[in-house]
Amino acid sequence: MNPIKKLFDNIHPYVEEGGKFHAFRSLVDGFETFAFVPNTTSRVGCVNIHDAIDSKRIMSFVVIALIPALLFGMYNVGYQNALATGHLADATFWGMFWYGFLAVLPKIIVSYVVGLGIEFVVAQWKNEEIQEGFLVSGILIPMIVPVTCPLWMLALAVAFSVILAKEIFGGTGMNIFNPALITRAFLFFSYPSAMTGDATVWVAQDTIFGLGYKATDAYTAATPLGEAAQAGFSGFDPSQIQDAIVGLIPGCIGETSVIAIALGGLLLLWTGVASWKTMLSVFVGGAATGYLMQALGLTQIEWYEHLVLGGFAFGAVFMATDPVTSCRTESGKYVYGLLIGFIAVLVRVLNPGYPEGMMLAILLMNLFASLIDYCFVQSNINMRAKRATIK
Amino acid sequence: MAKVIKLRKGLDINLKGKATKETATVKCPGEYALVPDDFTGVKSKVVVKEGDAVKAGDALFVDKLHPEVKFVSPVSGIVSLVERGDRRKLLSIRVKADEKQEARQFDAKGDVKALMLESGLFAFLRQRPYDVVANPEDKPKAIFVSAFNSMPLSQDFEYVLEGQEAEFQAGLSALAKMAKVYLGVSAKQTAKALTDAKDCEVNIFDGPAPAGNVGVQINHVSPVNKGEVVWTMGAEEVIFLGRLMKTGKVDFTRTIALAGSEVKAPKYYKVKVGQKLTTLLDGNLSPSGEKEGGLRIISGNVMTGFKTTAEGFLGAHATEVNVIPEGDHADEMLGWIMPRFNTFSTHRSYFSWLLGKKKEYVIDARIKGGERHMIMSGEYDKVFPMDIYAGYLVKAIIAGDIDRQEALGIYEVAPEDFAIAEFVDSSKLELQRIVREGLDILRKENA
Repeated sequence: MNPIKKLFDNIHPYVEEGGKFHAFRSLVDGFETFAFVPNTTSRVGCVNIHDAIDSKRIMSFVVIALIPALLFGMYNVGYQNALATGHLADATFWGMFWYGFLAVLPKIIVSYVVGLGIEFVVAQWKNEEIQEGFLVSGILIPMIVPVTCPLWMLALAVAFSVILAKEIFGGTGMNIFNPALITRAFLFFSYPSAMTGDATVWVAQDTIFGLGYKATDAYTAATPLGEAAQAGFSGFDPSQIQDAIVGLIPGCIGETSVIAIALGGLLLLWTGVASWKTMLSVFVGGAATGYLMQALGLTQIEWYEHLVLGGFAFGAVFMATDPVTSCRTESGKYVYGLLIGFIAVLVRVLNPGYPEGMMLAILLMNLFASLIDYCFVQSNINMRAKRATIK
Repeated sequence: MAKVIKLRKGLDINLKGKATKETATVKCPGEYALVPDDFTGVKSKVVVKEGDAVKAGDALFVDKLHPEVKFVSPVSGIVSLVERGDRRKLLSIRVKADEKQEARQFDAKGDVKALMLESGLFAFLRQRPYDVVANPEDKPKAIFVSAFNSMPLSQDFEYVLEGQEAEFQAGLSALAKMAKVYLGVSAKQTAKALTDAKDCEVNIFDGPAPAGNVGVQINHVSPVNKGEVVWTMGAEEVIFLGRLMKTGKVDFTRTIALAGSEVKAPKYYKVKVGQKLTTLLDGNLSPSGEKEGGLRIISGNVMTGFKTTAEGFLGAHATEVNVIPEGDHADEMLGWIMPRFNTFSTHRSYFSWLLGKKKEYVIDARIKGGERHMIMSGEYDKVFPMDIYAGYLVKAIIAGDIDRQEALGIYEVAPEDFAIAEFVDSSKLELQRIVREGLDILRKENA
C-alpha cells in the first residue's frame, strides 16, 4: 500500500467525529483530496461514470495560467527598483528577479495563510469539504496590489473579502463579487494613499536582505495611466507603449506585462476555463469606447493604448472571466464583456480623480451579471409560456 | 421523406467493451423478479400470495391508485417470495419458473388500451411530464418511441430488430389507435422497418448522445407544454406489444447487450424481463476485477442504470447490463495536476482530445472529485440539446421554486436527459437524482 495513503488512514480515526483532533478534519480532508483523487464512487440513481475533471483541476490550471504574469511581475519589481535608484546599468537579471521574488513572496504567503485559514475554519464549522476557489483568489490578490502595500493591510483586506464577499454568501460558486477585486476595492477605499496616485507606491525603494537598492530620497513614479491623467498630457510616445506591452512600467505587481498575461490567457482559452466570449468582448468594448472617446476629442490616449495599459488586459483575462461572478448565459457573456470594456475606458477618460477604471468596471458588472442573465432566461421563459395553451 | 433533425450539442463517450453483434441464449433459470421501483411513480398493491401459481401475463401487483394498471409475471410458475423492506415497502415479487412455460391467452381483437392494461403492457408506457408510468385516464397528445439509444455501451436496436420487423410494426400500429405515434430514428439506421415504418411519423435525428433520448426528440418535434401529456414507450417494448397483438400472449423476451470493460466476451443475450443476472454473468466477468473485489454491475445503461449485484435481477426497462470497475481502491495520486493520459475527459486540461475519438476508455465508477456549488457556467448547455437552460432549471429544483421550474420547462425533462450533463459536471452534482426528486415533489404538488 502507498505509504502516504497509509499515513492518512492512520490519521483518520483522530479527526473523525469524536476523535481527539476533530477540529482539524477539514484540514486533513483538504490535504488528502489533494494527495489522492477521492475513491468515492457514485451513488445508486446517479450516473455511474464521471468525467475526470473537477474543480481542483480547473482552479489549478488558472493558477498555472497566472504564473507567467507573476514571474514577470517579480522581475519587474526589481527592474523598477533599479531604474528608480539609477542602478539599472549595474543590476543583473537574477539580482532583479530575486529582489522582486523576495518583495512579492511575503504577500503571497500572507494572502494564502489568511484566506485559506478562514476557508478551513468555515469548512470545519459547516462540516463541508474545503473549497478550492481561494487557490485562485489567493494568488490573484498579491498580483493586483502595488509592491509597497503593507502586509497588515493586505491581511485585513483578504479577511474582509473572504468573509464578507464570499463566505456569507455560501462560499465558492455562490459569491456575487469577485473576492480578489473586493480585496483591492477594500484597500483602495480604505487606504487610498497606499494604493494609488502619483505617490511613491508603485516602486519598491528599499533593499531586501542586501538585494536591490535604496532610494536616496523619496522617488515618485506614476503609472503611464497616472501620467496621462495629468494636465498637459499630449500622448504617449511609441517606446512607452512598447514598454507597456513587454511590461517594464510601474504598476500593480502582476498587471504590467501584456505578453505574460497573453500566455496565461491562451492557456485559459485553450482549456476552456475562461470564456472566449467574455474575454473577446471586454477587449472589443474597451477598444470601441477608446476609439469613440478619442474621436470626440476627450482624450489623448489611442484606443489600443487603453488595452495595453494599466489593469485592462489583466482584468479582461483573469477577472472578467471568473465563471462564478460573470454572466452564466452564453449570450449574456457578450453583453457583460462589452459593458466591462465600455465602463472601464469611460472611467479612465471621464473621471479625472482616478486614472484606472478596470476594477470598478468589473465589480459594477458583477452586480449586473444576474440582471443580464435574467433578460436572456426570461426570453426563454416567455417563449415557453407563449407555446402553452393553458396558463 | 422523413424530416432530419440535426443536433449539435451532446457528447459520445467511447467506452471499452461494446457488445459484438452475436446473440446467445441462456437457459431458462429458476427465479424471476418484478421490482416495483422500476415502475416510477407507482404505489404497488400485491394481488398474489406466496405459493400461488401464475401464468405469464397474470398480474403480480397493481397500482393502488389505478388498479386497472397491472404488472404481470413474465413467466409461468409459483410465486416464491413477496419481498418487503422497511415499513413493509414492496421490494420485489419473485416467481419460480416451471419447466413447461404457459402463457395466459388474451383477446387481441378488442380495444387496444383495455388489452394493454389487462396484459401488463400498459405498465411499460411512461408519460411526460414527471417521467412516471402513464395514467390511463389521460388523453395523450402523442406517443413517442425512440428507435435508438445513443448512450455508451447501449443496445443497438437495429440489430435487435432483425427478424422481429413485423412485430415491431404491429406494435406501432396498435399504439397508433390510441394517439398519434412519432418514431425517432438515428441517421445511422437504415433498416426499412424503421425508416419506412407505417402508422407513425418518422423523424431522423443526427447528432451525438443524448440524441437517442426520447425526451430530446419530444423537445424538437412537439414539446410538452403545461397541461399536456405525451406517452413514451421503449422500442423493444413496442415489439412486446406487437407479439401480443399477433399471438394474444405476452412474451417479454428481450435481446439485451451485456457490455462493459469487465465483461469477458461482450455480446447480446436473449433474456426475459426480471431474469436473474447470474445466468448471464457466471464465468463471464473479468477475473482481475473480481480479485480486487470491485466490479459495478449495472442493470441498465452505464449512464442511467442502477447498481445491482450478480444476484440481482434484470430491471423491467433495462435494455443492457453494463459491467465496469468500481474503482474504490484506485488511490490515484495528485489528480489535480498529473497528466493522466488514460483518463477520459471532455476538458482540455487532459489529453483525451489528443488521442482521437477512436480510442476506447475504461472508466470506473468513481466521482473523481468533490461535490461543489455550481462553479463553471455553460457546462450543461454544451451537452443538453434542448431549448432549456439546464443550469437554471437545476438551480430552481434545488431551491424548490416550483413556479420557476414550470417556467423553465421541467415538464419536458426526465432524469435521463441530464445523464450526460451529470457526467461532464465539474461540480459533481447528482443531477439525475436532483431532477427525479424535483419531479416527484412537483407531481405531489400538482396532484
